[in-house]
Amino acid sequence: MTTAIDVTNLSYSYGASKVLKDISFSVQKGDFFIIIGPNGSGKTTLMKVIAGIAKPENGRLNVMGLPLMNYARKTLARTVSFVPQMIPIEFPFTVTEMVMMGRAPHMGLLGLEQEKDLDITHRSIDFTGIKHLADRKLNQLSGGERQRVFIARAICQEPQIILLDEPTASLDLAHQVRVMDLMEKLKEEKGITIIMVSHDVNLAAMYGNSLLMLKAGQIVSMGQVNEVLTFKTLENAYGCPLLIDENPLGKFPRITLVPQKFMSPDIRAGKSGNKKSISRTISK
Amino acid sequence: MNLKTSFILKRLLAVSSFMLLLLLVSMFLGLSMGSAGNNLKAVWQSVFGAGRAESIIDTIIWQIRFPRVILATLVGATLSLGGLVFQALLRNPLAEPYILGISGGAAVGAIIGILMKLSRFPGVTMTAFAGSMATLFLILVIASDQAVLKKDSLLLSGVMVNAFCSAIIMFLVSLAQDSSLHNIIFWLMGDLSMTDIKQVSMLAATLIPCYVLIFWFSHKMNLLLMGKEMAQTMGVNVKYVTLILLVVTSFMVSATVSHCGLLGFVGLVMPHLLRLIFGPDHRVLVPACLIGGGAYMVLCDLLARVLPKEGEMPAGVITAMIGAPLFIILLRRSGR
Repeated sequence: MTTAIDVTNLSYSYGASKVLKDISFSVQKGDFFIIIGPNGSGKTTLMKVIAGIAKPENGRLNVMGLPLMNYARKTLARTVSFVPQMIPIEFPFTVTEMVMMGRAPHMGLLGLEQEKDLDITHRSIDFTGIKHLADRKLNQLSGGERQRVFIARAICQEPQIILLDEPTASLDLAHQVRVMDLMEKLKEEKGITIIMVSHDVNLAAMYGNSLLMLKAGQIVSMGQVNEVLTFKTLENAYGCPLLIDENPLGKFPRITLVPQKFMSPDIRAGKSGNKKSISRTISK
Repeated sequence: MNLKTSFILKRLLAVSSFMLLLLLVSMFLGLSMGSAGNNLKAVWQSVFGAGRAESIIDTIIWQIRFPRVILATLVGATLSLGGLVFQALLRNPLAEPYILGISGGAAVGAIIGILMKLSRFPGVTMTAFAGSMATLFLILVIASDQAVLKKDSLLLSGVMVNAFCSAIIMFLVSLAQDSSLHNIIFWLMGDLSMTDIKQVSMLAATLIPCYVLIFWFSHKMNLLLMGKEMAQTMGVNVKYVTLILLVVTSFMVSATVSHCGLLGFVGLVMPHLLRLIFGPDHRVLVPACLIGGGAYMVLCDLLARVLPKEGEMPAGVITAMIGAPLFIILLRRSGR
């Protein structure tokens, strides 16, 4: 058994609108799997279905070889942990308290922590490099620091799979790289399967092993980075002019947005050519 | 379970003992002071058995003040805990049984019970419970229509439900033409004076299991603070826990409302103060709120007894005078 997640013919609707339509794919164990796609394509919903928060109306979903339905709540929580876009912080827990909450599915009713739980909490804090923040309150941290705290909490849950919903959105450049590096380290050192939703196609190109592109609730493309991040699929999915060349860091694509002012007047007026030719002219 | 390593348990015990000391001091004061004069020495002697005081003072202390102090403790504990639970479940630091209209609904139910000449327990308590559940349901329906349980929509629904309940109460009071009218109004304002030891022990027997149950769920409340979906991914059965906590809390509040009417804003003061001092962990806050809320109410009742030159005023006057300004301060702060 080598698949962490196995999805077959999965559909999901919010009321009358179908958000996910007949989706099938699988994620290998130990993969860095990134889901990309335009706004409203169903990425977050797909995450929630895998996390067991949203119940799919039909289709099969296996987690580590077992149907999701067969999992007890706590067992699922010990297998999959979730880092959402936002965690409310009105109630000022300290960093250590927040990270230790990740131990909940391993503890009894009152959540009285034992030595082992403290150990794992401290190790997660060390691993994510937030030791210097351990006693700070959550609402005193910057967005990037907070994101690492939430990741530490997810690690503390000791899952086999970690789901992240746009963890780099609204972070500055340094924090983006830091969070992505952290996830790669997690994958390499602990063998945890990472499944991430991202808006940043360049980060996806640099870190992802496998990519899946969603549009309007359907899979447009999936596979290796070079198979998915082609001009055709990107233009089809996002419908905006793009420039693709090889990233100087290695054999993977680099995507550049093309603002209107860099296009020739003809094209701006919509007179000639398709967007593909725009990118070619510019790249020369 | 290795108790030695459990940091949270140590903190729990330390905080509880500290709060318990405060409660004992305020209870001692509550027993000692009143319209019949101050009897610090008599209470001291009576409690520690170093000689019996005069029998008339002894009667005042043990027959009149003692049940009242215990009632105040129970009511303060219940309403503070109620505020804490609602704040956690609705993730809204301004939630409180009185502000949400839960107490108002319970009062409507209780008045219907009184007019039907039911016994205070279980009759009036049950009609009060029905009233509070009805308002709870109403508030959740109104508020859930918009972005679920947003601060403003929740408070607005509470205000509306409260206004509606007041109207019904006035209507019912105007229907009641007997001499009990004055009593109902006094009771509505939050009155702890009419009680005896039998009623108090019955109330205690009703409330204490609720306290235990809520404490049992205190770690789950911590997880719920991260949002329903997050709590679910951490193994919490969110629907089940929320339902139990809402029902148990409404029941507790109804039981106190049917005993001593509307005491506003009690659920706001203690949870906020204690959260500021001890942090947001509910495993510590639940016992701290119970004991601290008890102490707070005993002191409020003491003020209500001692401040007026003649007679006394309902304790609800004091709690509202302290709580309402605090509410406004919190509202301004959270608006930022």
